[in-house]
Amino acid sequence: MDNIAGRKSGLVWAVHISVVVLVALWVFPTLGLFVSSFRTADQIATSGWWKAPFPSVQNLTLRAAAPETQTRDGDLYVIEGDLFDPAGTVSVSRFGVSSRAPTAFGVGESAPLRKGGRVTVDAAGHYRMTNTEPFSGRRGPRIFVTARVPPEFTLANYRNVLFDPANREGMAKAFFNTLTVTIPATVIPIVIAAFAAYALAWMAFPGRALLIAAVVGLLVVPLQLALIPLLTFHNKIGIGKGYLGVWLAHTGFGLPLAIYLLRNYMVGLPRDIIENARVDGASEFQIFVRIILPLSFPALASFAIFQFLWTWNDLLVALVFLIDSTGDTTVMTKQIVELLGTRGGNWEILATSAFVSIAVPLLVFFAMQKYLVRGLLAGSVK
Amino acid sequence: MNPALQAVVTIAIGVGGCVGYFYLSNQFLDKVLFVPRGPNAGRNINRAEMIRPWLFLLPALVALGLYLAYPVFETLRLSLSERLPGGGSAWVGLDNYRQMLGEPKFWEAMRNNMMWLLIVPAFSTAFGLLAAQLTDRIRWGNIAKSLIFMPMAISFVGAAVIWKLVYDTRPVAQEQIGVLNAIVVALGGQPHTWLTIPFWNNFFLMAVLIWIQTGFAMVILSAALRGIPEETIEAAIVDGANPFQVFFRIKVPQISGTIVVVWTTITIVVLKVFDIVFAMTNGQWQTQVLANYMYDKLFRAGDWGVGSAAAMVIMLLVTPILVWNVWNARKEMK
Repeated sequence: MDNIAGRKSGLVWAVHISVVVLVALWVFPTLGLFVSSFRTADQIATSGWWKAPFPSVQNLTLRAAAPETQTRDGDLYVIEGDLFDPAGTVSVSRFGVSSRAPTAFGVGESAPLRKGGRVTVDAAGHYRMTNTEPFSGRRGPRIFVTARVPPEFTLANYRNVLFDPANREGMAKAFFNTLTVTIPATVIPIVIAAFAAYALAWMAFPGRALLIAAVVGLLVVPLQLALIPLLTFHNKIGIGKGYLGVWLAHTGFGLPLAIYLLRNYMVGLPRDIIENARVDGASEFQIFVRIILPLSFPALASFAIFQFLWTWNDLLVALVFLIDSTGDTTVMTKQIVELLGTRGGNWEILATSAFVSIAVPLLVFFAMQKYLVRGLLAGSVK
Repeated sequence: MNPALQAVVTIAIGVGGCVGYFYLSNQFLDKVLFVPRGPNAGRNINRAEMIRPWLFLLPALVALGLYLAYPVFETLRLSLSERLPGGGSAWVGLDNYRQMLGEPKFWEAMRNNMMWLLIVPAFSTAFGLLAAQLTDRIRWGNIAKSLIFMPMAISFVGAAVIWKLVYDTRPVAQEQIGVLNAIVVALGGQPHTWLTIPFWNNFFLMAVLIWIQTGFAMVILSAALRGIPEETIEAAIVDGANPFQVFFRIKVPQISGTIVVVWTTITIVVLKVFDIVFAMTNGQWQTQVLANYMYDKLFRAGDWGVGSAAAMVIMLLVTPILVWNVWNARKEMK
């Protein structure tokens, strides 16, 4: 189609550039969070994440080796060492010996130390302190440097957020809680809906059209209406707040879409197969299990992805039906909202926690995109 | 019990229970109740076939009735009554609604919700249409589509964190680490705390939802665009239409039905929008929306009456779409 009318080629570049801009706009925010989760708190606070892949000029406060390492060189006492480990990746431009004038000296110059003696720092970060008397004290003096530091990424944030048992704000427990909510809340509605969808698609009974219409209507009923009535109901029958309640709630809220998607798909299956099976004496239950379910796999997969994403990403239903005052059953979304309140400025924690919760849905998304798109089309274009 | 173990047991019981129910109830029907043999075989088969659909439907009907239909009526009742201190409730007529209508916070939520309703579906659909049209014409279009579609998989809370980083503000003397302020400063402006500027901050929150929903609109509209018959486009080009005319005069009118579907679907998402506001501003600085207002009333103020009234307002706003959907579905089935 591109070459039907020859003058279109002029537009092709414009199209490419527009798409690049669109994609960049859509990817950049997520990329920012992703990059930030691999940076230290200092790096995040002092430079934008987009500067992470480039060397940066930083003002650093470092400490020379302790006086006990001093050696004699003729009549001088000497302490030598490297400020950076490994040496050579960093280039120092200025240094200083007091916090009031951290950039007072150029590399190679000799600076007087406050407690006597002199120090010099070269561009690679090698320092040499000399004194006519022995250095005293327990710790070495501070040295302030302005240095060009290569880009650096760290996994420490993930270690802290996921694997540090002492970290009460960690995500490990919330991760498993989310998983505990998600899997039954995805599987149970599929089973229930599949049977109902088959009845609505292939069995004749009075009131069928009415029921289908009701399902379509319930598709858009906001679940906000269900919060108080159902919480009261759960308390009354003794479930209270907990996993069972949240599983039931997700099942109820997911059913209309499940039935709708599966029925639309099953109606499209070839009539011959089902009629032949009936003629051959198969029972409805056998037809359903042996023929309909295997054939409906794409639709089942579509809905499973929807429900998985929805339950994994949900906050409201978990807040109302699951998380009690002890907070033992907190899910990741709730944990992140809490961190937003208490750790609003600690981007290394926030970014890492958020990315931990985003990672699984993104994996599912990229692995099963085909089914997701198919489900969307079946659910909306009809 | 360990939650992981509990989850496994629940899946086993839940799934096993469901399958067991369906299997056993069917067996009972065929083997005990109406045996398709003997003198009454024909009558029995007919009766069994009358009952069987309801066996298949029963769990779904119970769940739908209890978790979606019953709450609508119960919420309506709650919105017309008041909780009494000792438990129980008393009928108060429209008092809750009257009280709600008198609150400035409610009107703020209404105003904001109306802006969300106008702007988010419009921009999501427009960007989605643009992205669909552009990516359909290039070789790496599928990769581009994937990337624009990706935010669909991200939770509203995750998106809130992502965008808070974009909107982050540092004092003037420091380097800005939020992209938006960095751009503003690079262009010679002053950094702003975007989320606290009344009125305009609503648009910064809407941007998050537009970012999420554009992918959805793009996927649906892209399929619709591909379904347009080639002949109509070829005819237009032969007649000398330029690409813009082809797009707006030929393509858009042919997919108008799909555009409406996308628009209404996003409208419903917007009406329920809660997490984004809850996580980013919690309704402060005049960014309240109905769903968050309702949550505030129900679970912070403990005022079930007014909270339920707010929920009924959301229901009322959804109702036209509900009716329209049902009407369309019925028309299709005839």
